[in-house]
Amino acid sequence: MSAVEVSPLHRPNDRLRRRKVVNRAMEVIAMLAAAIGVAILFIVVYKIVRNGAGQINWDLFTKSYIPLAPPGTPEGLANAFVGTIVIVGFAVAMGIPTGTLAAIYLVEFAPRRVRSFVSLVLDILQGIPAVVLGIFYYELLVITTHQQRALWGSIAFATMMLPLVARSTMEVLLLVPNSLREASLGLGVARWRTTLGIVLPQTVGGILTGGILAMSRVAGEAAPLLFLSALGGNTVDWNPLHPLQNIPLAIFSLTDSPYPDDHAKAWAAALVITVFILLTSLGARWLAARSKRKLGRS
Amino acid sequence: MSTLETSTEITRRPFSGRRVRLGDLVLQVVAGSAALAVVAIVGTLVYKIVDGARLSMSTFGLGFLIHQNTWDNVGNHFGSLNFIYGTAVTGLGALLIATPLAIGIALYLSELAPSWIRGPVTALVETLAAIPSVILGLWGLLVLAPFLLSEVDPALHSALGFIPLFGPATEGSNLFTAIIVLTIMVLPIVSSISRELFLGVPPELKEAALGLGTTRWEMVRGVILPYSRSGVAAAMILGLGRAVGEAIAVLLVGGGTIASAVNSNLMLPGNTLAAKIASESQGTSTSFEYSSLFYLGVILLGLSLVVNLLAQWIIRRSVRKQGFA
Repeated sequence: MSAVEVSPLHRPNDRLRRRKVVNRAMEVIAMLAAAIGVAILFIVVYKIVRNGAGQINWDLFTKSYIPLAPPGTPEGLANAFVGTIVIVGFAVAMGIPTGTLAAIYLVEFAPRRVRSFVSLVLDILQGIPAVVLGIFYYELLVITTHQQRALWGSIAFATMMLPLVARSTMEVLLLVPNSLREASLGLGVARWRTTLGIVLPQTVGGILTGGILAMSRVAGEAAPLLFLSALGGNTVDWNPLHPLQNIPLAIFSLTDSPYPDDHAKAWAAALVITVFILLTSLGARWLAARSKRKLGRS
Repeated sequence: MSTLETSTEITRRPFSGRRVRLGDLVLQVVAGSAALAVVAIVGTLVYKIVDGARLSMSTFGLGFLIHQNTWDNVGNHFGSLNFIYGTAVTGLGALLIATPLAIGIALYLSELAPSWIRGPVTALVETLAAIPSVILGLWGLLVLAPFLLSEVDPALHSALGFIPLFGPATEGSNLFTAIIVLTIMVLPIVSSISRELFLGVPPELKEAALGLGTTRWEMVRGVILPYSRSGVAAAMILGLGRAVGEAIAVLLVGGGTIASAVNSNLMLPGNTLAAKIASESQGTSTSFEYSSLFYLGVILLGLSLVVNLLAQWIIRRSVRKQGFA
């Protein structure tokens, strides 16, 4: 027995070394993965900035698009910017109040079973692909009225915002300490005034955060608009009852175009909307941290 | 506010009691109808999509699911196999690439990174999720596709060409490019959920493992990954749902308007259910085509419902299990 040599691989020191090497390798792999994740963002953003920055000028925001304009013609995407402002504006006006109210009902009033059922439906709604919402509202609104309208796009966007706003509002409502509600009710304040006057003000930061994130999510969404507001004209129009051109669809069709001039304009629009989304999500992040801190303190 | 008018309060009490209940009722009804609207929208949506597909469903039946190469307005033959195939291949392919990467990112951010790196890198990776799909499509078509076509596709073909998936590429817009773009979309979803799961592993368990002399990786493999396994599965499923529902980016980079047959070669153009629906927004020419469009919607809706309910079920089950542990 004593003649049998222990294979060098199984000597304790070597095994420990091997375990350490594997450990180190895995740490490096994890770090590389994180580096790749960040690098992807930088590569995409770098390309957008590089190709778009040169195209940003006053005309982009003040002049409308002229199809097949000879190079050098002053033109821009004013019509698309206005359309996106109108569509997203109405979506925000519908989506944030509805989402907030639904959350108030679920947290403050609903019986437990209703709450868990509607929460499930909210999750389902959040998972429904945007393009399916597009054909749904096409069938429901465009077919019945025989008209595409910016407003239909707003309704689809508001639907997409609903679960996001409702969920984030529910989260902050649940953070409000029950003692606050009890104190108010104990002083004889009505339930509705307690909810709107005492509980809701505590959660404004959270609601705004959810609302801003939802808004920046839909601001760049194109799929439903393909069906609901794709026939926008090339002039500036603020009427929500007309189909309006908008930034996501403009990027989509300019990308598909064979002309480099159109590609340049697509990059410019992409840069504007990326900057907008980065700023709003940074702002939302800051707001969220602030309101969480405030709720935690009280 | 409540310190005012104490005397009048008393005289008005019988009325104020009723008024208070009225206010409660109004708020409850208004807020309740908002919640009801959520349920109503989803209910109407499911009904309308299925209703719109009725003509196609009764004509083509389940054969719609297995007929390929048929989106034929003249002969009125419609099938969806190639779109189902495209959806499955791009979704699973994106998941296959994104998951290990996302778990690596999540492990780095939850276990390894020094705290000053943690915050910014977490924010950066999550910012990736905020980039609109149409912009990723723009980048994918004009930057990524030519790069893949000239550099990556030939290399993959020469190295792995014996696998039928990696045939010769003829143009940059193909299923492989779509997979890469979808990977970028899925990555932040899986990584941010996984990171939160890893952070939620009880420190006692991790410390116990380290105290027994395991290396950090052995602790990850023996404690963190088994503990959060089901949650990571749910995150993957949610990521798959995102990839399956993506229309615009795939429409731009998949090149799908040309090809219509199922082909194992990823380097050929292909199409997905969502992208096909989006491309039909140009207008359908017959009621059969319109109805078939909704049939595609039924399949896509069914897929996304299954995916989401499955993820929710897994999450709820694992939360319950961890609650008892």
